[in-house]
Amino acid sequence: MRKIYNKIESIAGNVITVKAEGVKYGELAQVSSAHGKSLAEVIRLLDDEVSLQVFSGSRGISTKDEVRFLGHPMKVSFSDNLMGRIFTGGGKPRDNGPELMENLIEIGGPSVNPAKRIIPRNMIRTGIPMIDVFNSLVESQKLPIFSVSGEPYNELLARIAMQAEVDLIILGGIGLKYDDYLGFRETLEAGGALSRTIFFVHTAADPIVESLMVPDISLAVAERFALKGKRVLVLLSDMTNFADALKEIAITMEQVPSNRGYPGDLYSQLASRYEKAVDFEGAGSITLLAVTTMPGDDVTHPVPDNTGYITEGQFYLRNGRIEPFGSLSRLKQLVNKDTREDHRALMDGMIKLYALYKEALEKKSMGFRMSQWDTKLLKYGELFESRLMDLDVNISLEEALDQGWDILSDCLLPEETGLRTDLINKFWPKNKAKALGAEV
Amino acid sequence: MSSRSIGKVVGVNGNMVTCESEDKVLMNEVGYIVTGDKRLKAEVIRIRGNRSELQVFEMTRGIGIGDEVEFTQELLAVELGPGLIGQIFDGLQNPLPQVAEKCGFFLERGVYLPSLPKELRFEFTPLLKPGDMVERGDTIGTVPEGIFTHQIMVPFNLFGKFKIKSIKSKAEYSIRDTICELENEKGNIIPISMVFEWPVKRPIDVYQEKLKPTEPLATKVRIVDTLFPVALGGTYCVPGPFGAGKTVLQQITSRYAEVDIVIIAACGERAGEVVETLREFPELIDPRTGKTLMERTIIICNTSSMPVAAREASVYTAVTLAEYYRQMGLNILLLADSTSRWAQAMREMSGRLEEIPGEEAFPAYLESVIASFYERAGIVRFKDGRKGSVTIGGTVSPAGGNFEEPVTQATLKVVGAFHGLSRERSDARRFPAIHPLESWSKYAGAVAPDKVAYVSSVLFRGNEVDQMMKVVGEEGTSIDDYIIFLKSEFFDAVYLQQNAFDPVDASTTIIRQRFIFDWIIWILLGEFNLQEKNKAREYFNNLRQLFLDWNGCEWESDEFKSFESKIKQSLESNLTESFKSIQEAAGKRFKDQGRG
Repeated sequence: MRKIYNKIESIAGNVITVKAEGVKYGELAQVSSAHGKSLAEVIRLLDDEVSLQVFSGSRGISTKDEVRFLGHPMKVSFSDNLMGRIFTGGGKPRDNGPELMENLIEIGGPSVNPAKRIIPRNMIRTGIPMIDVFNSLVESQKLPIFSVSGEPYNELLARIAMQAEVDLIILGGIGLKYDDYLGFRETLEAGGALSRTIFFVHTAADPIVESLMVPDISLAVAERFALKGKRVLVLLSDMTNFADALKEIAITMEQVPSNRGYPGDLYSQLASRYEKAVDFEGAGSITLLAVTTMPGDDVTHPVPDNTGYITEGQFYLRNGRIEPFGSLSRLKQLVNKDTREDHRALMDGMIKLYALYKEALEKKSMGFRMSQWDTKLLKYGELFESRLMDLDVNISLEEALDQGWDILSDCLLPEETGLRTDLINKFWPKNKAKALGAEV
Repeated sequence: MSSRSIGKVVGVNGNMVTCESEDKVLMNEVGYIVTGDKRLKAEVIRIRGNRSELQVFEMTRGIGIGDEVEFTQELLAVELGPGLIGQIFDGLQNPLPQVAEKCGFFLERGVYLPSLPKELRFEFTPLLKPGDMVERGDTIGTVPEGIFTHQIMVPFNLFGKFKIKSIKSKAEYSIRDTICELENEKGNIIPISMVFEWPVKRPIDVYQEKLKPTEPLATKVRIVDTLFPVALGGTYCVPGPFGAGKTVLQQITSRYAEVDIVIIAACGERAGEVVETLREFPELIDPRTGKTLMERTIIICNTSSMPVAAREASVYTAVTLAEYYRQMGLNILLLADSTSRWAQAMREMSGRLEEIPGEEAFPAYLESVIASFYERAGIVRFKDGRKGSVTIGGTVSPAGGNFEEPVTQATLKVVGAFHGLSRERSDARRFPAIHPLESWSKYAGAVAPDKVAYVSSVLFRGNEVDQMMKVVGEEGTSIDDYIIFLKSEFFDAVYLQQNAFDPVDASTTIIRQRFIFDWIIWILLGEFNLQEKNKAREYFNNLRQLFLDWNGCEWESDEFKSFESKIKQSLESNLTESFKSIQEAAGKRFKDQGRG
């Protein structure tokens, strides 16, 4: 039987301190107060003083409350019974189902040996051309969705969850609005995907410390399923809330802040979560998509900035569209060579032209005369936006590529595209080549 | 060992452990924290009274007050000897594939394996005989290591003169066998094997003099070799925002750079990127040696989710290995990706130590630490006249892509070349996204400087015209200015941009660079018969197309030659004067036609 302590030395923010012996770093304790029981985790040891962060917050905890150390770190139950269930950030059922206690696993385990990793090779098709064609999602990839508050990022996430070809979806909500949580549930239920989904949802109303657990719990469970051969897609929304929770604890612990109040180890903290994305040779994989809202649409804010350096690209969601500039899937080169021979060239060429369109648009808005070339670009840009960029477009990769050639041939001459001649000969829509040629 | 000091854990805070000990404790010595059945490696980073603070190279979960700490009285060191090439180590020189064999998918903590296992055997050929006098760094024999002749040297930490007492004859030995015995002036016998240790934070200083880096290092990236060259023994940095292509550029360099050995220090970056190198290099053939690229590569891999303290050690491990092979007269390229993560690791520890923070909470000693790291690069001459070099290229990941931050600034002060990547260029898919107007290099390149200066001036003018056009519009620009703009865009598209994923275009030899560069010069010098902007743009679009296709052709293949004549034809029919006269004009204007 573990010893029980009845004297809390200090309470600051969500951190309490007790004098105790034989406590290990990272161990869990149960704090019982007049308002109920809560778990707490050891986050600092110094001599006989033990600092713990209380998951449900320290509000209402008294100096005479009982602290009982459990002798083990945070664990979560793992079994197939998790499928279709909804839990809180602390791992308690949120859906009135039974609490699961069997087969407890530790969370936040060691990282994967780089020598055991394999090169990602499978594309995950989503039916969204801006992803499939221009920034293909690859199995075992980790990608954030950079977005401003108010953009339909949760809708996008839900749509990807519905359409992506994976075995299992784990949704980790961090500071999720209750409406959004319900929105996710309804979308997945309507699409019949609920039975292959596990929710760990921390809503905005829940105690902040609990949110710190969500990525670790979600990923620990995902890892076990992946080891059993499942292809798991983990969706986290929103990692900025996670970083803010880290900041709050760091400040309480009187750590020296590095940038805008965030702790100096923000990068390492985020990386240790994102790096859980992996493809196990001979088993399953974890693919990770995480929403990161950018305060003030500022990509240089510490959270999106550090995230960008960790992840393998990013999707920018702006004005309800996945922005082609800035959006990047670093792993796309690994898969788009095997799709169709024109995939890469078309992808690069169309973006280069779209960049020129943006310049032409700028010139137009400043009142300059449009040259013939500018007019062509303007037409191209508009077609590109309506036929490919719109998030409502739902077509396969091959259809999207054909659409791309169609758009090009509707606006430009083959030699104006900057594409290699052999590709043009093969893919340029034949009927149009003549029509345009006659015009010039 | 009876002299070993013992201590007890009295505090844990993140990856820092405070320990109390009555015994002798050395600054920066290695200690092991014994928790349960695990021994976790740590390094002493501060001593105050009988308390010392250690940074632990592992996760600290489960450490409790009262756990024992064993001090080793030795600084953090790496093992040096044959068998390092082709290996994949973590930041503490643990061989990762062997760790995987033992532990499976995950990196279990407290597992430390020998970097050079005693099962490794090499055929030793002695070069000296008993009675010969030697000192540290002298070669006593050789062993073959892949494509190299690995020199077995007197360990660098043996100071003074020694007489060879005995030396083994030519045969195969385990790398841990004694192959030679040295006798010092006092008559003590010191046994030597093929392996010895060296503390990572001390530069290897066994050479006669350090020379000025002058000879260019061919990276086969056109914009680097031509405009912003790197020298053997020099240093350069590649700062850039995320997604600007730092890592792809490093990968390209690690593949095609003309050096003997490439050491890749993946420091706090994505594991996936290392994996690409790790899985592809054993299959890629190095055209220079005919062997796989892995046979000239060492990977030090401490990716972002691996423990932070080991990240700090990893760059030192890498540079120490580089210096070791330099001692054999080889040219080594060390690619560190990314030095910002290393600086952040320092910041994390500094924060835990509650040091007074400098700018952006980086420690005040950041600059001097970065400077002393880059200073370990250099080309050196040994006492027998041979030369060896270590070139260091570090990426920097500035917060928010802003080069004004402390790590970038501290790095810029000490490096010889700056390849600044720009978001603007990467968004426009102009790769490699090295900014041609902001980057610089202090080294001499492979292409004649007056030619480079001329082309840079066109680029600069083109940019001015572009800026001007944004204000006055295309119609307000004269046709002459417009053609300058088109020329600079053309140069950018066909020369500065390079397709890293095209098998031919990915690497351009120096000879080809000089050859193409002359064509570029002729085109930039040429006066064209183009009166209308539309016509001019169309013409340059065509020319660009021809060049892009040309870039994809094997050097001097039939296809290559046919494009050459097509381009010549196209120029002859559009230039105001004959193509020949332009070539002659260029010949007069620029000095060394012979090299082109």
